Amino acid sequence: MAEAAQATAQVTTANGQRISLLRVLGPAHIWALGVGIVLVGEFTGWNFSADKGGTLAALMTCWFVGLLYTSVAMIDSEVTSTVAAAGGQYAQAKHIVGPLMAFNVALFLVFAYTMLEVSDAILAGDTIVARAGAEGLTHDSFIALVIVVLAWLNYRGVLMTLNVNFIITALAYISIVILFFAVQPWSQGTVLKLNELVTPQNALPYGWIGVIAAFQFAIWYYLGIEGTTQAAEEVRSPARALPYGTMAGIITLLIAAALTWYVCASLLPWEYLGVTYYPLWDAAKMTGSPVLEFLLFWGTILSAVASANGCINDAARAWFSLGRDRYLPTWFSAVHPKYRTPYRSILFLLPIALAFAFIADLNQAITFSILSGVLHYTFMSINIIMFRNKWPLGSTRRGYTHPFHPIPAICLFVLCAITFFAIFLGFGSQLIAMVVFYIIVSVWFHFYRYRYVRRGDQFTMPWPKPKGY
Amino acid sequence: MWITISYLAWAISAVLAVWMAYDWFKTDTTFTEDQLTSSREGEIEAVSEKHKV
Repeated sequence: MAEAAQATAQVTTANGQRISLLRVLGPAHIWALGVGIVLVGEFTGWNFSADKGGTLAALMTCWFVGLLYTSVAMIDSEVTSTVAAAGGQYAQAKHIVGPLMAFNVALFLVFAYTMLEVSDAILAGDTIVARAGAEGLTHDSFIALVIVVLAWLNYRGVLMTLNVNFIITALAYISIVILFFAVQPWSQGTVLKLNELVTPQNALPYGWIGVIAAFQFAIWYYLGIEGTTQAAEEVRSPARALPYGTMAGIITLLIAAALTWYVCASLLPWEYLGVTYYPLWDAAKMTGSPVLEFLLFWGTILSAVASANGCINDAARAWFSLGRDRYLPTWFSAVHPKYRTPYRSILFLLPIALAFAFIADLNQAITFSILSGVLHYTFMSINIIMFRNKWPLGSTRRGYTHPFHPIPAICLFVLCAITFFAIFLGFGSQLIAMVVFYIIVSVWFHFYRYRYVRRGDQFTMPWPKPKGY
Repeated sequence: MWITISYLAWAISAVLAVWMAYDWFKTDTTFTEDQLTSSREGEIEAVSEKHKV
C-alpha cells in the first residue's frame, strides 16, 4: 500500500500541478458540519418516538440512542484520524474491509445525506407556508430556493459553506437554550407541567414494545454526526480537528437532546407531541410569548437550512470519491480549479434532490435516510473490530484512540440490531426493498463495474501490512 | 406579499442554476479533463507519514 501511495503521489499532470480539494478547515468547521446536519432532528423528527411509545419512551431512547451515537463518534474519530480522505467511511471501508463494502458504504452515505437534504428542504418549505398562512401558497418555490442556493454555496467553496453553517447552527442552538431558560426549568409548575403531562398512566402507553418501536425515530436526535468525516481531506490537521470537532459535536447534541425533551415533554401532551412536525416551535407557542415563538420559528428554519447545507457537502464528497477510484465514471472526480470543490458531483446530485423533494413525502424521505444511516452504523461496528485486529495499537499513527474497545463496537452493533427491528415494525416493506436494492447494485459492481477499477491505485494509505497477511 | 416572495424564490433559484451551468461549461471548456480529474487520495499522508514495515 505504501508503495502505491508513493507512486500515486509522484504522478503529475501535464503542467505539473494537481487540482485538489482545499485544506482550509479547522475544528470549528467540523463541529459546524456535524452539529449542523443533526440539529434539525431536535426541531422535528425525534418527537415521533413519543407517538410510538409515549413521552417516557422518547426519553429512554434518547439516552440509548445517545449511547449508540457516542460509540459512533468515538469509533469514527479513531478511524478517520488515521484514514483522512474525502469519502470518510467509504475510504475507511476500502482500506479495512474491501472494495465491495466500500462501494456499499458510499451508497449508504449518498442516500442518507441526499434524503436528509430532501427532508430538510421540505421541512423548511412547510414551515414557511405554515407561518405565512397565505391561501394558494405552496412549498415548492421555497424547496427550490433552499436546495439551489445551498448547492451554489457549496459549489463556490467549502470554507464559506461551513462558515455559514457555523453561524446558522449556533443561532439555532442558542434558540433552544433561550427557550429552556425562558420557561424557568428550575421551577416546575410555573410554566412547565411535567408532573401533569407525564403520569404513571400515560408514560408508557404501549408498554416496552413501544420503547423498542421508538428507537426508529429517536435516531433523529443525532442522525448525521458521522458526517464530520467527509471533510477529512479539507481540514488543515485531520488528526487534531476531526476528533475534536466530532467529540465536541456529540457532546453539544447530547445536551440539546436533553433540553429539547425536557421542555417539549413539559409543555405538550404526548398525543400531540408524537404527531406534530414542529415540537419546539409548538412548545414556544405554548408559552404565549411572541418573542419565543419568533425565535423558535427561525430556529426551525435555520436548523433545516444548516442540515441541508452539510448534507450537500457530504453527499458530494462521497460521490466524488467513488469517481476518483473509478467505482463510478472518473468524470465525477473533477475538482473546480478556482473554487476547489467537487463541482460535478454537486451539480449531478442537485436535480436528484430537487426531483425527490417535489415528488416524495417527508415520511418516505426520512425513512430512506434513517435506513441507510443504520446500515452504515452497523458497518462501523464491524469495521473498528477489523481495524484493531489488522492494525493493532502502535502499528499505525492514530490521532485519537477510543477507550474501552471493544465495548463501544458491541454497544453499537446491539443498538443497531434493535433499531433494525424497530424499523421493521414500522416500515418493513421499505427495509426489505432497500436491502434488495443494495444486493442488486452490489452484484452489478462485482460482476461489471469493478473491471474498470485500477486495483493498486485505490489503496493509498502508507500503512504497514495488516497483521496476519 | 407571500405569493410575490414565492415568485422571487423561483427567480433567485433560476438565476443561480443558470450561473452554475454557465460556470460549469466555462470550466470544462477551459481546462483539460486530465487537469480537472488530477486529484488523488492520500497525497499528504503519503509524504507526511512513514512507517517501517
